[in-house]
Amino acid sequence: MTELIARRSVLGLVGVALTGLPATLVRAAEDDPWPGLHQDVFRNRPISEEDGLVTLEAPMRAEDAALVPLTVKIDRDKASAPLTLTLLIDKNPAPVAATFYFGEASGEIVLSTRVRIDAYSNVRAVVETASGSLHMTTKYVKASGGCSAPALKDADLADAELGKMQLRQFAVENATSASREVQLMIRHPNYSGLQMNQLTGYYIPAKFISDVEVKRGDVSVFRMEGGISLSTDPNIRFTYRPAGPDDVLTAVARDTDGLLLNGSWPVKSGKES
Amino acid sequence: MSAIQRWRLSTMFCVALSLAFFAMGARSVLAPPAGAQTGPPANPLTVTEIAAGVFVHQGAYAVFAPSNRGDIANLSFVVGRDAVAVIDTGGSAAVGQALRAAIRSVTDKPIRYVINTHMHPDHVFGNAAFADDQPEFIGHHKLARALAARAERYLAVNGELLGPEAFAGTRLIAPTRVVQDRLVIDLGGRELILEAQPTAHTDNDLTIHDVTTGTLFLGDLLFVRHIPALDGSIRGWLALIDRLERIAAKQAVPGHGPPSADWPAAVQPQKQYLQRISADVRRMVKEGRSIAEAAASVGLSEKDAWVLFDEFNARNVTAAFAELEWE
Repeated sequence: MTELIARRSVLGLVGVALTGLPATLVRAAEDDPWPGLHQDVFRNRPISEEDGLVTLEAPMRAEDAALVPLTVKIDRDKASAPLTLTLLIDKNPAPVAATFYFGEASGEIVLSTRVRIDAYSNVRAVVETASGSLHMTTKYVKASGGCSAPALKDADLADAELGKMQLRQFAVENATSASREVQLMIRHPNYSGLQMNQLTGYYIPAKFISDVEVKRGDVSVFRMEGGISLSTDPNIRFTYRPAGPDDVLTAVARDTDGLLLNGSWPVKSGKES
Repeated sequence: MSAIQRWRLSTMFCVALSLAFFAMGARSVLAPPAGAQTGPPANPLTVTEIAAGVFVHQGAYAVFAPSNRGDIANLSFVVGRDAVAVIDTGGSAAVGQALRAAIRSVTDKPIRYVINTHMHPDHVFGNAAFADDQPEFIGHHKLARALAARAERYLAVNGELLGPEAFAGTRLIAPTRVVQDRLVIDLGGRELILEAQPTAHTDNDLTIHDVTTGTLFLGDLLFVRHIPALDGSIRGWLALIDRLERIAAKQAVPGHGPPSADWPAAVQPQKQYLQRISADVRRMVKEGRSIAEAAASVGLSEKDAWVLFDEFNARNVTAAFAELEWE
């Protein structure tokens, strides 16, 4: 519990929450949250920055702060498996957007997802290798209001489709590639807790996809722990290493209310998509 | 700290923050339409009488800035035998007051109706200027909840964009009367037909048809010259355009563009733009391209046809992609 308290005081969240003064919010936003995050999430362990092991693509200016595409690439030749990837958005209310634990069936690591960004912020991809070394790359993204933007453009459409999962499979561009690329799509509002309930005028409690595990057969491709910074309709594009023509990919996702979603897809072979 | 603790913490924080905003009076952001509005007399907006008794002020082709005070959308009023109906009120209380001054320079008849075509700040922020007239504020039945969901953010973001001087007195006023499907209001020998539309530009678009002059007020269902902005459903919008085209009207008033334009010719460039975005996004989804690739390339061939293209195109593509990839 001391950790929790320390973390909260570091981020200045308690002050913001209890006083509710916009000025406090502004001040908290101007402080550099990284030293506190470095301490809380990585226990101040040394981090090698911009060493080429991990790269991050992010727009300089987000077109939609509630839907900012990020792509992370990890150079496996430089990294000993198993690998963990943490995505952080410094100035978001909950800075850790997601943590990915890559398993034995993960391919060349190219992973894309979509996040909410609440204020102009550094976005970080931090990789931990099997040997325990930490590697980070950082991009500054101009975006604001992503966490409080309404989760749904069409408020009525969402309920009908909640929990629907799709796996899209893409043609292999490089026939010799040992990896296949797929995209997992989950219909879920991923309520951040900062969005208003449209009927009552109260804030909607946070409810989001907190856990996703994708396997090829019994072998893990990755497990993800997600937070409120992942966009509505969580979307993860990733690669896996095929084992044979009868591969089946499965996904299990859970949200914070205990909703359990299951999907299973036979893998298409060859170049068709 | 484990990841579980991390997300529990985020949840706790969110609840705490929610309570704090609630304590600040988040619910009262949608203020009741009451309270005196006094201040220096505003300079009236320039208006054009596009048909007998139909006046339109053309907003600037711009995004919110202190210099334009939020005067970026077209604002209209219709004068009947007994009363006046206002259609959209501008992007700040100051613009609303200037619109009210323009109305008063034309007629002394009571302002009985203030109609909002949809939720966007440049169309609703001027409502406060009409509170003293105690009109019925009319909107789509989904307008109130759409505004409630966005009130805090709209006021904060746009207050910052406009600056304190232009933003002074601006607050949101929710509809006091809603259009479920269709509503006819009578200004005295002059009926306006109001129709709540399905999700298109937003999920709360309302159209107004002045049958007397054959004028169709489309709000942001129609953009002319100003690039369309998508905040609802691209499929819904294209489907609705097909229906709206069949309405027999002489002219339409766009939410952004000239004060009036021939109907249905005026909607053709917008239809072409939305069809182009829709087709290119569908193709890229099919090819397995990413949302970032689409945002960087789709629609560029349409660039010369529109003003403010760079401000909205990539965002439109992003929204269209997130919608169409589920097909």
